[in-house]
Amino acid sequence: MLRSVIYLAFVLISIAGIFFLIDYNLLAAIQLTVYAGGIIVLIIFSVLLVHHIEMRLEMASIAKRITTAVLCIVGMGVFIYTIFSFEFKMVDNKQTTTTEAIGERLLSYGEGGFILPFEVISILLLAAMIGAIVIAKGTKLMVKNNKPT
Amino acid sequence: MIHDVSLYEILTVTSILFFIGIYGFITRKNLISILISIELLLNASVVNFVVINKYLYPDVLQGVVFSIFIIAVAAAETALAVGIIINLYRQISSVEVKDVETMKY
Repeated sequence: MLRSVIYLAFVLISIAGIFFLIDYNLLAAIQLTVYAGGIIVLIIFSVLLVHHIEMRLEMASIAKRITTAVLCIVGMGVFIYTIFSFEFKMVDNKQTTTTEAIGERLLSYGEGGFILPFEVISILLLAAMIGAIVIAKGTKLMVKNNKPT
Repeated sequence: MIHDVSLYEILTVTSILFFIGIYGFITRKNLISILISIELLLNASVVNFVVINKYLYPDVLQGVVFSIFIIAVAAAETALAVGIIINLYRQISSVEVKDVETMKY
């Protein structure tokens, strides 16, 4: 269980490598801090709090696993066939997108600006934070459930 | 910047990542494993947004901005899910999917 979280960390860091490869330094930094720094630590905490590490994972039945694997491989084949049969009009560009441009775009309220989704996202983060606190300190539901209803 | 890597390779990588996430999402019976699979799915979509923005329409920034929004939503969702899982473990001492039916009532 803990091992799978570590592998997830490696996958996320490699995706940050893809972002570096296509020259988006800001997104790579966000990926490294938010995913590899924050989410991995959260999941590791939850694994360590919840699980006995040596516990065996319970998986689905073997027939269901094979069915799912076949369906996933068929879907992946359809995806890759579609991707490779489509002719993308690639544009040759040498410019680097600066962080300044992204920030100005994110905060502009003119044509094509993203100020409203930005505010909505900040409200959403605040609501998620308050919700996590309320859930984490919640009352004991077991006591209530034991009463006859 | 982009020397030899074309759009096709990166899209192939992200679709493989996406279907690994779907496979894990369906076959795992554990809430934390399902959470990990959701992270894979969201991350594959983020890479798709950014790559298509970079290769096809390099003079607009919509893909980057949307990927920042997706990352924010994923972070919020993970925090909430971890809170729910830990609270559930305190009450029913299990994180298996089949044991959390009582959340329905």
